Amino acid sequence: MHSVMLRANALLTFSVTILALMCAMASLSDNFNSPSPTAQVQVLNIYRFQKKRNGDDEVSLTFNMSANLQSLFTWNTKQVFVFLAAEYETPKNALNQISLWDSILPSKEDAKFWIQTTNKYSFVDQGSNLQNKDFNLTLHWHVMPKTGKMFADKIAMTGFRLPETYR
Amino acid sequence: MTRSDSTTSSSIIKAAGSLRLHYLPKPFFSRQKSSELVASPMDWQGQKLAEHLMQLPLVLFAVLAFITGYVLGSFQTMLLIYAAGVILTSLIMVPNWPFFNRHPLNWLDSSEAEKYPKPQPANLGMKKKTSKK
Repeated sequence: MHSVMLRANALLTFSVTILALMCAMASLSDNFNSPSPTAQVQVLNIYRFQKKRNGDDEVSLTFNMSANLQSLFTWNTKQVFVFLAAEYETPKNALNQISLWDSILPSKEDAKFWIQTTNKYSFVDQGSNLQNKDFNLTLHWHVMPKTGKMFADKIAMTGFRLPETYR
Repeated sequence: MTRSDSTTSSSIIKAAGSLRLHYLPKPFFSRQKSSELVASPMDWQGQKLAEHLMQLPLVLFAVLAFITGYVLGSFQTMLLIYAAGVILTSLIMVPNWPFFNRHPLNWLDSSEAEKYPKPQPANLGMKKKTSKK
């Protein structure tokens, strides 16, 4: 510690190491948070159900959803990425997941919401398996921290069915 | 300290002088006498003090910053308090403050050292080693 440069170097190294430790502690403090999110969704209308030229089924629907994801936010949360996926089974695939809608919730205030919309992304099958198909609408979320590990979870809402015939 | 040491050091100081470092305030750069050229502006006690003056404030500020940030629920508050702590710590321990040099060491002047030449290694010892091989 005999020169200015050496002391400046020691200070820089030590302070950054301590900063890393503080960020690790902040990330670990997220484990003390036990979230209790809720969500409900209703399918209002399936206004298009067609077989496309390449043989794949396509669905267009309107839905409304209310959700309260405020308990997911901690002091170490940057934003929550949330998406609604339609999930169903086909002979070819045990699980098909198609994202119909997504959003970024940048703050706790945005995390309690009600929305009514058509599907943002197209609901297209790999093939022609959707007639009379039972499906779940699952709300997934990814909690993105300011520092540390991102974790993801979901709520599955069951009991939806597609029509038997095309319209 | 031999003559060659002081010549090299003085040439370095002259080169550094061309960088106009001597325009900086005294704690950052000070012109020193030739006998002090190889001595540092800090003594051993000062270096120990500098190390403690770095570790203790930084850890204290880190603990304070974390607790405040956690209680207030603000990550930004934690970072700001810690940044203030880092700047404060740098101001008290990075520059060459005079209180780091309160126990200075008295180096021997080079002209004094030349009066007593270094002892040469004994030839008898060398011959014994080679004959053993």
